[in-house]
Amino acid sequence: MSTKLKGLLGGVVMSAMAVTAASAEDLVIFWAEWDPANFLQELVNEYEEETGVSVTVETTPWSDFQTKAFTEFNARGSAYDMIVGDSQWLGAASEGGHYVEMTDFFAKHNVGDVMAPATVKYYAEYPGNSGKFWSIPAEGDAVGWSYRTDWFEDPAEMKAFKAKYGYDLAPPATWAQLLDIAEFFHRPDEDRYGVAIYTDNSYDAMVMGVENAIFSYGAELGNFETYEVEGILNSPEAVQALEDYKKLYSYTPPGWAKTFFVENNQAITEGLAAMSMNYFAFFPALLNEATNPHAANTGFFANPAGPTGAQHAALGGQGISVVSYSDNQEESFAFLEWFIREDVQKRWAELGGYTAHAATLESEEFRQATPYNEAFYQTMFKVKDFWAVPEFAELLTAANQRLYPFIVGDEGTAQETLDALAADWAATFKKYGRTE
Amino acid sequence: MTHSEPRAGQSAARGLNDKSIRNLFIFPTIAFLIIFNIFPLLFSLYTSFTDFRASTNAPANWVGLENYSYLLTNEFIWRNFTITAKYVLISVTGQVVVGFGLAMLLNRYMPFKGLITTLLLLPMMLSMAVVGLFWKLLYDPNFGIINHSLGLGKFEWLANPDMALWAVAITDIWMWSPFVMLLSLAGLSAVPKHLYEAAEIDRAGTFYTFFRITLPLVAPILMIAIIFRTMEAFKTFDLAYILSSQPTTELIAIRLYKMAFLEWQTGLSSAFAYIVLVMVVGITMIYVKYLNKVKER
Repeated sequence: MSTKLKGLLGGVVMSAMAVTAASAEDLVIFWAEWDPANFLQELVNEYEEETGVSVTVETTPWSDFQTKAFTEFNARGSAYDMIVGDSQWLGAASEGGHYVEMTDFFAKHNVGDVMAPATVKYYAEYPGNSGKFWSIPAEGDAVGWSYRTDWFEDPAEMKAFKAKYGYDLAPPATWAQLLDIAEFFHRPDEDRYGVAIYTDNSYDAMVMGVENAIFSYGAELGNFETYEVEGILNSPEAVQALEDYKKLYSYTPPGWAKTFFVENNQAITEGLAAMSMNYFAFFPALLNEATNPHAANTGFFANPAGPTGAQHAALGGQGISVVSYSDNQEESFAFLEWFIREDVQKRWAELGGYTAHAATLESEEFRQATPYNEAFYQTMFKVKDFWAVPEFAELLTAANQRLYPFIVGDEGTAQETLDALAADWAATFKKYGRTE
Repeated sequence: MTHSEPRAGQSAARGLNDKSIRNLFIFPTIAFLIIFNIFPLLFSLYTSFTDFRASTNAPANWVGLENYSYLLTNEFIWRNFTITAKYVLISVTGQVVVGFGLAMLLNRYMPFKGLITTLLLLPMMLSMAVVGLFWKLLYDPNFGIINHSLGLGKFEWLANPDMALWAVAITDIWMWSPFVMLLSLAGLSAVPKHLYEAAEIDRAGTFYTFFRITLPLVAPILMIAIIFRTMEAFKTFDLAYILSSQPTTELIAIRLYKMAFLEWQTGLSSAFAYIVLVMVVGITMIYVKYLNKVKER
């Protein structure tokens, strides 16, 4: 072999080694395409500065997120080292063997106490109360409300409202007030409407919207430990909640039949509605004058209490998990150790991420940082979530098939709708052997 | 050495023989078909008899005909089939009426006929997703041009469960009538002119000429257009998915997608796909049989 050829081969081997060494230090986090993912990329750039390990946040549109993530899982692919997955995925991803268990990591780093309790319960633990953990709460989120402060503070409107309803016009503290205010501002002749709510039944949008009512009315989706739903999901409180959600639909702008976060923010930016339901993660856009001409007149409030005084909200947000098929699990855990540090969580919040870190959340600095952080802080200690079982998507489909015709199509009654849904869910749990 | 060199040269000049060339073309194609068509087809047939879920590491269990019986007795699946049948009927009928009508109009002298034909063909050249998003704006009750032009006020096309399917079908008719028009135009231009002249001499009326000359002669090519459009309408996904979220517009392709890729019920969705396949093949066979009859006349 000539010296020239030996040199060439040596160069190739050295290059291959260099590529291998570099790829071991490149971590990939998969998430949906939205602002928090951009904020996370900014944050992880600082990790690279500190450690030399580069981290890339790869994103895909929300509509494609679940399908793409599970396609990669099913293929046992190592394209992603970590994934910021939805809370509902916990059952499917943990039972399917796609997530690495983090129980030891939780114990070692005391994560259960460091993060807000509700976020640990819903983003990390599966099965419920099992003490087994699969994710680090990363992006806390919940459904809250935005509203037009200039409409609410208009003296003429305030006077007319007081005359009609007998109390002062202010951000609603109860669902009864929410309904009154929605009715009051609903003026189709003036192109002004009462409220914007979630109605899209493609995935979990409408169900999350309905959950806000159901949870605050003191009702539940079922017993998460025994999987019993009959008598719980179709309880009188849940029926009342669903009736009132439907009532809210009658105060929405025309064509409000396939709406989610984009449309609900548009309801405010286009001056259509007095109040709009949305995840807190989408509120930064409402304070940006470039995207919201009414930014100076936009306020925020937490999901109001129901008739019994119970006050809850549907959980959004995601936890960050290590993918079982990753070749860089050790490096991923090293990254997570850095990610849960208090100073990093503070920085995460500064950049715009919704931290689930309890101390950061409770700090005055965080609560005063934006007009919606206080409402977010209040909400994150009152959140409840959908079923996180592996068959969650089937439960969602059944819910969409039952709820949508009632809310949007005006078919049947709330009682009939929830009775039918309870029967569907009971059959699904039976099919998967969760009940007798 | 002196002998072998010319022989090698001859072989190179001859190149590959016919059999080798045939094999070179056929074997990769067969391998491709087996890997990407036959194997998935057989594998999905097998999974349709199991409770396999691609999202889990659990092994597939044989469940026999359980998936098929569940699907064929499920009220929501039947609703999806009914909606799809209604959609196919409205959409294909609309496309045939509009497409054939346009072809009749274009099958005569008119200025800028070529330009008009090209412009009429534009909708079918657009992407389904773009058309869906575009028509969503047109249907908007607040600022949509359709309500504005027709003076319908804030009429809700997509939010109204009874209207949503019609709205999707109208969009599909707008998009695909040009396809029917194109095929019909080809059929109409092939009708011998002397037949019309003979009919004129015999003082045959317009309707008589249409039903006795035009339609029978164009029928075979029109039938082909109907077969294509029925198959396409049967598997419509994107347009309905983008335009509406109503249960009244949940076509079988949408339900199948949700079952397979959101719920990850792989076994069940395979069975569903086979039921749809059998139905499409069955409908196509009926059409083809009718097409052959028409040709024989």
